[in-house]
Amino acid sequence: MTNQLLSVTGLNVSFGNREVIHDLSFSVEHGDCLAIIGPNGAGKTVLLQALLNLIPYHGEIRWSEGTRLGYVPQKIAADRQLPLSAKDLLAAKVRFLKLPATELQSVSAELGLTDELMNTSMGALSGGQFQKVLIAFALLGRPNVLLFDEPTASLDELTEERVYELLQSLQKDRGMTILLVSHDLSIVYRNANMVMCLSKGKTCMGPPKEVLTPAMLQDLYASPPHYYQHVHEHEGERDAQIAQEHEK
Amino acid sequence: MSGQGLLFVLALFFSLAAGLVGCIALMKRMLLAGDVISHLALPGLGLAFAFKVSPLMGGAATLFLGTFLVWQLQKKTGLAIEAAIGVIFAASLAIGAAITPSEDLAQSLFGQLERLSLPGFILGLAAVVFVILSIFLLKDQLSLSIFSTDLAAATGVRIARLDLYFLLLFSLTVLVGLRFMGALLASALIIMPSATARQLTNKLPQFFLLAVVASLVSVAAGFLLNAFVFKFSTAGPTIAILSAALFSLSLLAKAA
Repeated sequence: MTNQLLSVTGLNVSFGNREVIHDLSFSVEHGDCLAIIGPNGAGKTVLLQALLNLIPYHGEIRWSEGTRLGYVPQKIAADRQLPLSAKDLLAAKVRFLKLPATELQSVSAELGLTDELMNTSMGALSGGQFQKVLIAFALLGRPNVLLFDEPTASLDELTEERVYELLQSLQKDRGMTILLVSHDLSIVYRNANMVMCLSKGKTCMGPPKEVLTPAMLQDLYASPPHYYQHVHEHEGERDAQIAQEHEK
Repeated sequence: MSGQGLLFVLALFFSLAAGLVGCIALMKRMLLAGDVISHLALPGLGLAFAFKVSPLMGGAATLFLGTFLVWQLQKKTGLAIEAAIGVIFAASLAIGAAITPSEDLAQSLFGQLERLSLPGFILGLAAVVFVILSIFLLKDQLSLSIFSTDLAAATGVRIARLDLYFLLLFSLTVLVGLRFMGALLASALIIMPSATARQLTNKLPQFFLLAVVASLVSVAAGFLLNAFVFKFSTAGPTIAILSAALFSLSLLAKAA
């Protein structure tokens, strides 16, 4: 029996005359954490949107049966004037999908969303709280695959750390499959077991150790990346850590 | 019940629909754009007067044609909704002004207190109940799409269809209001009560409730004031002024 969750064959996405994704093929296995990296404009967000069937595309995208997708988009410019509390937003999804009412309680308890936070309007939440609500939103409906688009782009380091701890626990404890777009290579190294790099016309895919080489990164980002790499001897520790200083 | 009585009852129901539609339009940031939609009825009213058919039919025809054009223009060209509505509006206002017989122009623009026939009442009531039920059933989808179209679409909401549906509900509400508010003021009750409610609360259920109450109070008090005090040929301006007064009060309440 195959363990394949997603297979993409010959994917092409264009906006007008501009081709953003050209002839992309790859597959993802159940339980993978696939990080999608690449320079701005390489089509990372577009790829997620195509996988979610939000935009028109050519080619084939096939999810295995029983796949339920959860999506955490890149930061949303929330209208600060919107009279919509976190609870209003989450409850709207619960009612629209006719989920059991208890789901809202269990997800908010799981993410530590307090009553006070739930009653705050979305526009008034801090970056970290806002992101937490978006993750809770994605988790409603018990998805088995999470698509994460730059989940920590606007967060401070401590909050960012919390988000990734949560992400790891979702993957390990629940066996969720995660597709993660990120600029932060150290994050990618720590969380992903597979990396796909998207760049104009070129793609590569493999385990981080094989893909995230200095030569490849230089090629991918065109300008020489600032990184450091150090090797640990101890078993269980990651063997290399690469941090990229300038992200955008 | 007399024709005037029927009109009053219909106006009360209309105020409920207008309050709810206004809340959604305010959150979608298309209140003023929506206001302009109501003027799309003008060429239809003009044609109806010119050809001596029911003004309501004429108004409905151009209103829904215009709404559909706005939706298409926005979808096909990616124009912002206010740009799409602006173009269609200016064209239809010009056509309306050119073809409406001048003696009927004021009535088209500001409405009149005509006697309402029973079939007219039932039709209007059915339309208003349809709008209220639709908003109630669609409120979750609408909330999701207002917050983020991407998130809503990923959740399974069909955005383009929802947009069209809401535009049609908006137009239907305006159409019912045309009778007593006229093409220029039909949307006053969509705009002002929601703006008033927005001053007073940050929570969604209260927002809807307060808008409906503000709308209901404006219509009831406006009709009565006009019938017993001002005795204008139409209650529209009185209702709109009362609605604006409630908005001013909400500013004071917020400041206090």
